[in-house]
Amino acid sequence: MTTIIEVEDLRKDFGPTRALDGVSLEVEQGTVLGLLGPNGAGKTTTVRVLATLLAPTGGTARVAGFDVRTQPDKVRSIIGLTGQYAAVDEKLTGHENLWMVGRLLGMSKRQAHERAEHLLERFRLSDAGDRQVRTYSGGMRRRVDLAVSLVGRPSVLFLDEPTTGLDPVSRLELWEVARELVADGTTVLLTTQYLEEADELADRIVVIDRGKVIAEGTADELKDRTGGRTLEVVVARRDQVGRAQEVLCGLAPPEGVRTDPAARTVAMPVDHDTALAAEAISALTAAEVEIEDFHLNRPSLDDVFLALTGHAAETGEHHDPGEEHGRRFHGPLPGGADELLTDRKAR
Amino acid sequence: MTSVPLDDLAPSSTHDYRRPRGLAAMFHDGAILTWRNLVSLPRTPELVLFTLIQPVMFVVLFNYVFGGSIGQSLPPGVSYAQFLIPGIMVQTIVFGTSATSVGLAEDLQKGLVDRFRSLPIARSAVLSGRIVADTVRLSMVALVLIVVGYVVGFRFEGGLLWGAVMIGFSVAFGFAMSWIMANIGMRVKDPETANTAGFVWLFPLTFLSSVFVPVATMPGWLQPIARNNPVTLVSNLLRELSILGRPAVGTVLPVVLWIIGLTAVFAPMAVNRYRKV
Ligand SMILES: Nc1ncnc2c1ncn2[C@@H]1O[C@H](COP(=O)(O)OP(=O)(O)OP(=O)(O)O)[C@@H](O)[C@H]1O
Ligand SMILES: [Mg+2]
Repeated sequence: MTTIIEVEDLRKDFGPTRALDGVSLEVEQGTVLGLLGPNGAGKTTTVRVLATLLAPTGGTARVAGFDVRTQPDKVRSIIGLTGQYAAVDEKLTGHENLWMVGRLLGMSKRQAHERAEHLLERFRLSDAGDRQVRTYSGGMRRRVDLAVSLVGRPSVLFLDEPTTGLDPVSRLELWEVARELVADGTTVLLTTQYLEEADELADRIVVIDRGKVIAEGTADELKDRTGGRTLEVVVARRDQVGRAQEVLCGLAPPEGVRTDPAARTVAMPVDHDTALAAEAISALTAAEVEIEDFHLNRPSLDDVFLALTGHAAETGEHHDPGEEHGRRFHGPLPGGADELLTDRKAR
Repeated sequence: MTSVPLDDLAPSSTHDYRRPRGLAAMFHDGAILTWRNLVSLPRTPELVLFTLIQPVMFVVLFNYVFGGSIGQSLPPGVSYAQFLIPGIMVQTIVFGTSATSVGLAEDLQKGLVDRFRSLPIARSAVLSGRIVADTVRLSMVALVLIVVGYVVGFRFEGGLLWGAVMIGFSVAFGFAMSWIMANIGMRVKDPETANTAGFVWLFPLTFLSSVFVPVATMPGWLQPIARNNPVTLVSNLLRELSILGRPAVGTVLPVVLWIIGLTAVFAPMAVNRYRKV
């Protein structure tokens, strides 16, 4: 294994704002690193430094052994960048955008044309290829943006929140593309606010908050630190909440079982044990508790933050100042199924 | 999405293509980005309107509304159309340069500059592609004006060759002004603001000049300002070229100095600014 991205003690100040406060991380060739953090954590800043768009205030960053500060052209010739917001020319067609980048990379007109056609087909944009990008939907824009960053077959790809604003199908497709790229040997650095996404794609996860690395490890390691999954049951009748609690306390350590009488919910930790969840549901049914709804909640980024820092992600989307630290219940979770069906983030 | 073979996306360090180097790279990349800006041009309706309709409207309005009264104060034998067309040519070109600031601000805001800077291309390409394409656009503006001018009675009295020199000077002045606009666009970074910031100061610049009326008709205190306004200097040179042909050294030199001076100050400033955005 060779290390292809090496970041050491990276610092970046924007005037009085310290965006990066000593970030160090390493990425092995051919793997996916998930850079996880809430709004304002420094994800985009890290990517911009690595993609040679921003000079760091201090520390070093190397891609394939090339220093981003002193050898930017070497770095640029091996990286691909898909930024947080699609960076394509709205007035050009999808094909023209791809063709232009191919030409800039030194391809002949014909090579650039062929590459453009290929990528359009690959990203299901053939029909829209000759239309101006300004007529594209948000998802099509992101796809063409990703395609543009793949024109030069980069060996290191930066994806900055690539699925923000995508519908569930497009999101799954993007994951599939990312997996294929990695299978073909590409190294990917992916930033995200969602543990589920990091979980799906990343070999290793680095969690950053306020410009500092606060944890790293595999998805499982992080989840173990946050307590794993929770079974949440909504009881139909308020007078049965107490009985439901008793039943669950018989199956799990009582201190782990939480009850919210107002919301008629009872929850217990089940970690990776889905059989335990099934058992709990049968036990409740056997005890004649009327169940209105139940679901398995995976740890959200909030949970990870809570576990890692003892405070809720201050600038995070899902932070609700009215709630206590230590809370275990959430509304629709960022990693949950509800979320797939709703707009992830109004930007 | 899987109909195309997997290795299609595979990374590759060996390509069957190669980027040009050094000076050749600057031309290669600049030319591609010039192409990009020129292709966008007809797809930008407001710019087409601005480029084609506005000069036509100005020529017609000024020629027929003010022609009668202002014509009196012109030297004998010079029609107002003859006086007006070179002036409006400068005015339209000067206003046309503000699109440079909007275009760059837009590229910055939409992340296109980031896209280009993450590619291993010549550093100069974004700016040179913008300025060259805008200069081509300004030449088109000048040609449109000549055509409209011919309809209302303007003629190259001094011959076509000097007419070509006239167009050349007007476009060269537009080129120099574009560098100021490039600085504005990169400083404000927001297309709307860039539009306003690139526009407002052009009104005093072009109206306190001999573009529409001879300086002698203005109040005494205004005359020194108007007389030394580079827009006046350029308008007067264009008039000399179109009406008399051969210009006087005293008319050419200040214009040449302004063109060189503006470019020498604002082009390096823009390049420097580009490194930092
Ligand atoms: N150009 C800039 N000028 C000033 N401050 C900046 C600039 N870019 C980023 N910052 C600040 O640096 C910090 C980190 O920002 P960054 O964009 O890296 O966060 P992020 O993790 O990508 O957040 P998000 O999830 O919202 O994209 C923030 O406090 C932000 O306000
Ligand atoms: Mg970001």
